[in-house]
Amino acid sequence: MRSERGATLPLKAAAIGGLLFLHIPLALIILYAFTTEEKSFQFPPPGLTLRWFQAAWFDRPDIWGPLWLSLQVAVLATLIALVLGTLAAAALWRARFFGKDSISLLFILPIALPGIITGIALRSAFDIMSIPFSTWTIVLGHATFCIVVVYNNALARFRRLSGSMIEASMDLGANGPQTFRHVILPQIGSALLAGGMLAFALSFDEVIVTTFTAGQQATLPIWMLNELIRPRQRPVTNVVALIVIAVTFLPILAAYYLTREGEHTGGSGK
Amino acid sequence: MSAATTDPRGGLSDFFYRHSGLLTLALLLPPLLWIGIVYLGSLFALLLQSFYSLDEFSGLVVHEFTLTTYGHLFTASNLTIILRTAVMAAVVTMASAILAFPIAYYAARYAKGGWKALFYLAVMMPLWSSYLVKVYAWKLILAKEGIITWMAEKLHIGWLLDALLAVPVIGGSSLSFSYIGTFIVFVYIWLPYMILPTQAALERVPKNFIEASADLGASPRQTFRTVILPLALPGVIAGSIFTFSLTLGDYIIPQIVGNSRPFIGTAVYALQGTAGDIPLAAAFTVVPVVIMGFYLTIARRMGAFDAL
Repeated sequence: MRSERGATLPLKAAAIGGLLFLHIPLALIILYAFTTEEKSFQFPPPGLTLRWFQAAWFDRPDIWGPLWLSLQVAVLATLIALVLGTLAAAALWRARFFGKDSISLLFILPIALPGIITGIALRSAFDIMSIPFSTWTIVLGHATFCIVVVYNNALARFRRLSGSMIEASMDLGANGPQTFRHVILPQIGSALLAGGMLAFALSFDEVIVTTFTAGQQATLPIWMLNELIRPRQRPVTNVVALIVIAVTFLPILAAYYLTREGEHTGGSGK
Repeated sequence: MSAATTDPRGGLSDFFYRHSGLLTLALLLPPLLWIGIVYLGSLFALLLQSFYSLDEFSGLVVHEFTLTTYGHLFTASNLTIILRTAVMAAVVTMASAILAFPIAYYAARYAKGGWKALFYLAVMMPLWSSYLVKVYAWKLILAKEGIITWMAEKLHIGWLLDALLAVPVIGGSSLSFSYIGTFIVFVYIWLPYMILPTQAALERVPKNFIEASADLGASPRQTFRTVILPLALPGVIAGSIFTFSLTLGDYIIPQIVGNSRPFIGTAVYALQGTAGDIPLAAAFTVVPVVIMGFYLTIARRMGAFDAL
């Protein structure tokens, strides 16, 4: 049959070429973390060294503050998003009412509109209400766009949950909290974990909104942005970039494996 | 229903079960309040700011309703910025669609089993990798001493690179200081957003449509043009919503790779930061919202929302 033939050569070449285009830059970042060349981005690197890992660890105390702030913000934003995203998914899962579509659109809006709009909108609000910048102003912004990630994952899992199990649980005398603890939570747990990890990765890496909500504070991405615009020690920036890749890579891979059986796989909508 | 009278918690559960509308409301209220107050509240504050103005002498924001800020928006230099951004967004969107289609097509129709999972991960990992790290990677690649120059010399096509950089407007001193560089980075960063919806749309093309088309005598090329492509189009348009919108609002890529001419994002960033002119910055952000409003209306007509 015609449609079952293998792919033509040009198609294969274009597809593989496209994937290489997506991955070579990431591979190069890893290579450059080991280069001995300090002043430029010379290719091929004149030599390889582990020196910059040592330099990043011992000689650059300015990395630790931003790293700590980023972790704090990501944890807080993830927790808030987990609670609010799950509640939203639980509410909209089986409900049918007028305006439901508008409400689900509302949860998606923070990632559908360009981040700069969310950022400057929050900044104007802080400005009008004279709220000083703090860790919480950053968390406020991050939690807002992380809700949708948890919401999407939880909603996909709720749709696979059968309503009769909840009815059975209630018929057998379990109350609401018991039903939630023993029937619902075991079934949606892995989806929530996946959503939480994606939210963490999203928050840990976010820079566009953060620039507007951080004031003088620096998260790790803001530290990196400053290094990109005014470089001090390029190889150390390469090392931090490598670490950031690792920190975001692992939760995303984990989220994929936690949700791959479903029709909706974690991470398909960023 | 005896539990309703003996256990007060069970009673509450039964009450909510019978009045599921109230349960929905109770569940929905916290997230709705958060989005309503934090997000919509802020968007409203932004809109409000755009109707204030900056006092030119004191440099302070005058909190009085005025349209002068919008008047400033429509000066020639600002319109150039808007036009430059819109053209870039359009070109980036078209290039992403062209690059994404073969990947999506191969993944949807030919990749099976483990290969399919690998393809999916291969698209998702770059999507979720750190945005800044990806931009930074291109700074390395496009630098004058970087890998592209090195490869061009090895392949003896350095003259081609020089000729490309000598082209007025889009060229520059090196790729990392030219519009070409900015364009490449935009395409790279947003490409996965185009691949995923395109692939999803292609996977929904029913197999028997393709068989029917072949049975009715269409060549594979005709089948592709008249059956597959029209059915995949909503997916491509759904992807273009992301590539277009994200390019319109980005302010970091043009700062790091490109000739320092401003885009909407960089203009907003500069206005709210160094210039302290939040009203004009706010008015500027209304532009991408309006453009996206039109874009979404057209996309909806073409069925892109079902493909999201």
